[in-house]
Amino acid sequence: MDEGLKNELSKQGVFTVTMQDVYNWGRKNSVWPLNFGLACCAIEMIAASMARYDLARFGAEVFRPSPRQADLMIVAGTVTKKMLPQVVRLYNQMPEPKYVIAMGACAISGGPFKQGYNVLKGVDRFIPVDVHIPGCPPRPEALIHAFLTLQEKIDRQTVSGPNQARNFNADLPSEFPIPQFGEHDLVPPYNPSVWQPPAPTKAA
Amino acid sequence: MPVEYNPYVLIVVLMIAAIGFAVGPLLMAYAWAKLISPRKPGADKQATYECGLESKGDAWVQFRSEYYLYAIIFLIFDVETIFLLPFAVAFTSLPAGAFIAMLVFLLLLVEGLVWAWQKGILTWK
Repeated sequence: MDEGLKNELSKQGVFTVTMQDVYNWGRKNSVWPLNFGLACCAIEMIAASMARYDLARFGAEVFRPSPRQADLMIVAGTVTKKMLPQVVRLYNQMPEPKYVIAMGACAISGGPFKQGYNVLKGVDRFIPVDVHIPGCPPRPEALIHAFLTLQEKIDRQTVSGPNQARNFNADLPSEFPIPQFGEHDLVPPYNPSVWQPPAPTKAA
Repeated sequence: MPVEYNPYVLIVVLMIAAIGFAVGPLLMAYAWAKLISPRKPGADKQATYECGLESKGDAWVQFRSEYYLYAIIFLIFDVETIFLLPFAVAFTSLPAGAFIAMLVFLLLLVEGLVWAWQKGILTWK
């Protein structure tokens, strides 16, 4: 429908809406996160879901204990290389459409433990992350902001066209390869389909 | 002339509406899944959920049925603690008769435990 006509109609008190808008409206207001936390960020995540910060205002208070019922994975904390295969497997077991929030410095880059031999330097090397929140740990307000950002993102997704949601494209996989423990590092060390190492810069 | 109708017709209409209310969304979800949202099955997705770990072994593990005696003995002593707690609280104000009655109760239970021990029930085979 033409945007101008829609505007004109709404001035006359006629509210028009597409099926896609209804679909996205329902989806973005009932994002169910997966109930898991990896480190101290999880405490902030719990605080955000409790009465003081009240994530329920955004329809996201229903933390599901099974990935089969979850829409959103909040990677809350340090991802160690030991833990990563489980994280990726849980992500694979979630039905589409699914989203990921990388919460805190550790989940987005390794944070203060970046130099550790067993710490993954960002969960976005293996699974596609929708929203990154910096902070160590981020306050519940930051998590709520991430939720609002994710809601905006869901609202922009379409059933068809260039901004098509991933789950409608049968060619895009819903599973990502689970890395194995190699001799020195995870094999493969990153998933090239979601992350590429930055090009080396020449020293001046 | 009043129109004759069966008074139960209304109940049938409401029942159809109620069933439709329940089944309609299910059918809509089914149609959405069939027509618009492609299926993407996979080895990981279909795998048994075990907190993210790969499941190992068979779920059909058998336990010996004789272990029910363990459960019964555990239950008896579990209940015993419930009796012991008010006994301990009121201990200083109890007459001698009550104390002896409690001792007899405890003795009976310990006797049962000794019997079970002698029968070899406590040995996990």
